[in-house]
Amino acid sequence: MLSAETVNQALIVTLEGELDLHTAPPFKQCIDSHLAKNLALKDLVLKMDKINFIDSSGLGVILGRYKLIQKRGGKLIFVACNPQVHRILKLSGMQKIAYFADSVKEALSL
Amino acid sequence: MEVKNWVRLEFPSESVNVLFARTAVAVFASQLDMTLEEIEDIKVAVSEAVSNCVIHAYRNTSGNIVLECRYSLEELEISVEDFGCGIPDIVQAAEAGYTTVPEERMGLGLVFIHELMDHVNIASEVGKGTKVIMTKNIPQNRG
Repeated sequence: MLSAETVNQALIVTLEGELDLHTAPPFKQCIDSHLAKNLALKDLVLKMDKINFIDSSGLGVILGRYKLIQKRGGKLIFVACNPQVHRILKLSGMQKIAYFADSVKEALSL
Repeated sequence: MEVKNWVRLEFPSESVNVLFARTAVAVFASQLDMTLEEIEDIKVAVSEAVSNCVIHAYRNTSGNIVLECRYSLEELEISVEDFGCGIPDIVQAAEAGYTTVPEERMGLGLVFIHELMDHVNIASEVGKGTKVIMTKNIPQNRG
């Protein structure tokens, strides 16, 4: 349900399915291991088009990863959220700290 | 409330059951004339309430969660009950950003429940457990 690639200073993670209390830990481990291995990584790009559900447990883990990349001067960018997921992200105030893009290409140009 | 249909489920406080609970409620709610957005609201609210039982009520232990849903012509009522540690201060617990597990939590579980449902009632007793009752109004004369 998870795949990750790096482009320059950005870690691009493709998420699938539902992000909640049960599925958030592997997502956290995936990102944390990439960030620990590659100290040059700054930006976190989350491809959300295959995510059809998120709740505050999923958001909490994303916020925790944001705090890690913030220390490196990086950005958090959500790509292609579906309307329901976008609504929950807005409700959480995530738009105050993160960027939203329609494509990975757009995300990498921010 | 003149109940037209109801369901009662009981399951252990395993995180994998958070998905089960919200999916079961969504299937039950699909018997009603609700929009996709309303069903999504309900799924998030149930997910938050059941996650709270797993994370907070049974923090270092495990126990059972009872989920009940019922609807009338006017509203869908969902209750999520645990028999865990209870909440000492419900008002504080419902504040945005308040959490007893700060590392990876946003403190938004109860905020989301209040935001996404039409009416929420929380009853809790320390050492006995917590029951969250939340309702979603069924819009009348839609379409």
